[in-house]
Amino acid sequence: MNILKSTVWLLRYIPQFCVTLAVFCGGQAFAQDPIRIAFIDPQSGTFAATGESGYLQLQFAADYFYNDKGGVLGGRKIEVIALDNKGSAADSQQQLRRAISEGIQYVVSGNGSAVASALSTAIERHNRRNPDQRVLFLNYAAVDPILTGADCSFWHFRFDAHSDMKMDVMTSHIASNPDIHKVYVIGQDYSFGKAVGDAAISMLAAKRPDIEIVGNELHPIGQVKDFTPYVTKIVSSGADAIITGNWGGDMVALGRSIIDAGLDVPIYTFYAAYDGITATLGEAGKNKIRLVHNDYANPVTNDVRRAYTEAFKAKFPHKDITQPRLATLLQMLTLAMEETGSTDPFAIATAMEDMRVTNITGEEVWMRGEDHQAFQPLYISVHTDENVVFDADNSGFGLVTEFSVPAADTISPSSCNMNRPQQ
Amino acid sequence: MFEVLIFATLNGLVTGLLLFMLASGLTLIFSMMGVLNFAHASFYMLGAYFAYSISLYTGFWPALILAPVLVGVLGALVERYGLRRVHKSGHVAELIFTFGLAFLIEEAVQFFWGRATKDYRSPDILDFPLFTLFGQNFPAYKAFMIFISIAIFIALYFVLTRTRIGIIIQAAITHPHTVGNLGHNVPLIFMAVFGVGTGLAGLAGVIAGPVLTTFPGMAMVLGSIVFVIVVIGGLGSLAGALVASLLIGLLQSYAIASDLGMPDLLNWLGVSFERDHPLNDIWRLTLPQIAPILPYLLLVLVLIFRPSGLFGKRES
Repeated sequence: MNILKSTVWLLRYIPQFCVTLAVFCGGQAFAQDPIRIAFIDPQSGTFAATGESGYLQLQFAADYFYNDKGGVLGGRKIEVIALDNKGSAADSQQQLRRAISEGIQYVVSGNGSAVASALSTAIERHNRRNPDQRVLFLNYAAVDPILTGADCSFWHFRFDAHSDMKMDVMTSHIASNPDIHKVYVIGQDYSFGKAVGDAAISMLAAKRPDIEIVGNELHPIGQVKDFTPYVTKIVSSGADAIITGNWGGDMVALGRSIIDAGLDVPIYTFYAAYDGITATLGEAGKNKIRLVHNDYANPVTNDVRRAYTEAFKAKFPHKDITQPRLATLLQMLTLAMEETGSTDPFAIATAMEDMRVTNITGEEVWMRGEDHQAFQPLYISVHTDENVVFDADNSGFGLVTEFSVPAADTISPSSCNMNRPQQ
Repeated sequence: MFEVLIFATLNGLVTGLLLFMLASGLTLIFSMMGVLNFAHASFYMLGAYFAYSISLYTGFWPALILAPVLVGVLGALVERYGLRRVHKSGHVAELIFTFGLAFLIEEAVQFFWGRATKDYRSPDILDFPLFTLFGQNFPAYKAFMIFISIAIFIALYFVLTRTRIGIIIQAAITHPHTVGNLGHNVPLIFMAVFGVGTGLAGLAGVIAGPVLTTFPGMAMVLGSIVFVIVVIGGLGSLAGALVASLLIGLLQSYAIASDLGMPDLLNWLGVSFERDHPLNDIWRLTLPQIAPILPYLLLVLVLIFRPSGLFGKRES
């Protein structure tokens, strides 16, 4: 009896509920649909920290530069949807299918060339089979040269310098140091790690034939518990410089082991900063860890970059701007949208070819049309606590640039033979 | 070569003894309850994170005591209010329960501490090289790790074989009903063993955190290898766990230190291949490259030739 009573009581609210629903749904129909971007990167597992920080930065850049200023294409907002690929190529393809089924036209991803390669292949195939439902792939960090080389795709754009370009800068810096005679190369056992090793050996042989490569080691990615046994080999090889393409947890653990063993040699890396790495290396890594990258962190000379970084720090005090080129990615994407007045991936891709924009650091970035590879100045920075304005991990330590290469000097001929689709 | 051998042995010892601290708890829990605790490595991760947070306020040494106790209490609560209820539905339900718990703990760690690596450091007092051999430091902290692990083994062995509690535990493993009929509180013993087992995993986390870095993936990296050890050593055998841990620690360490590989084998056989051979990746394979897979190879071999494990008593 009581149940019946309360059911009747609840029935009174039904009209009210219906009105609320109608207002809610009706309101949606009037507002313009947001432009949705699928961010397919690890949000769990060994490399979750890197993926999470990328997602926060992309959404923040979208809000800061566009959504808070009235949106793009006459008021449409940019919405970033994080899809967890757990760092695996198979999961990425699953998440890609999900993004496509939800009608998302843009995919942003970067952590891991194996993932990027799987996504690029899957998107190329999907776009060929479904010309009405095309998807554009914006790669902000996967740096295997093959992605804009032999395996290049019309639908793939890379905003980071590829590993051969970075290695060229790195080896030039090593070659300029007469104290370095023996170099040890260690990397993760997958396409990128191998590419780093091969490029280091061939470039050093060309620039400084007297430098001896005393080790070229590969270890399984994300599986090594303790790097001390590897460091033992490095020490006994007598190396006076180390090159590694390691990232995420593998970089912290390797750096930590090298420092714990008391090895005092420069360590040339691609990714030894931010997301807890800088804080963990701390004082012990000072003036030892060097990093090749674009969008230098210190010294800060540009007001746009300064204001952007400060706004981000105000919102996420425990996070850093680790990937300023995510803003470049949005710059090119939105510029292409405004130029073409559409969100169609084919039109956007065509408009982005040979596009030039001035990024938030005040440098010109060129997206080469032949292979969809971006060119921008590259830098070698050192891990230190001196002259640091914007530190990393709130540790007082950060990256200070000590060697720079203008964009023009990073350009290498394209080896891409692109298969261009018809409109 | 000699210095590589010495350091490879030391490294293998450190890793092996650390693995033993995890495996000892796991194997004890298995022999009691007949269930593999998939969340065991997650308690190890919790230990590291608890110690990190506690050490921010009190420094390392109180954390060394407090964090494992906290993890142990948490483990005991999980047994009392989770596993014990699920136990009624059989082993499969228990297995799935611990499997889910592992994911739950990883998500919880990411929720409370975030996904970035934590700056959890070894105490300053141990922050010096114990000795330097052939230009390479052996950190005092690693010696401390070895010391703690060996002390734990001795203490466990003493408690299990020389004390009244140990005798009751051993009896409860094989004849729980008889022990119950004799008036002992068997569920309480189970809870205590689960608590101590997870506490040991927590302790392993506390001392491994500063060396192996404290991040949300640390449980996953170590999780599978601990099972391999328990199976190789023989399910339920403490001595087996010790031997298997050291075996795997040293095996990996030596494999990494060696420079042998397919190229050497091919040279020896007098065969050579072009660099652009389709199977080039296989011809270039080296032992260090496959070192982390070797324990699994050993696992397969042990399961084929001695399914009960090196020291295992029963076939199950």
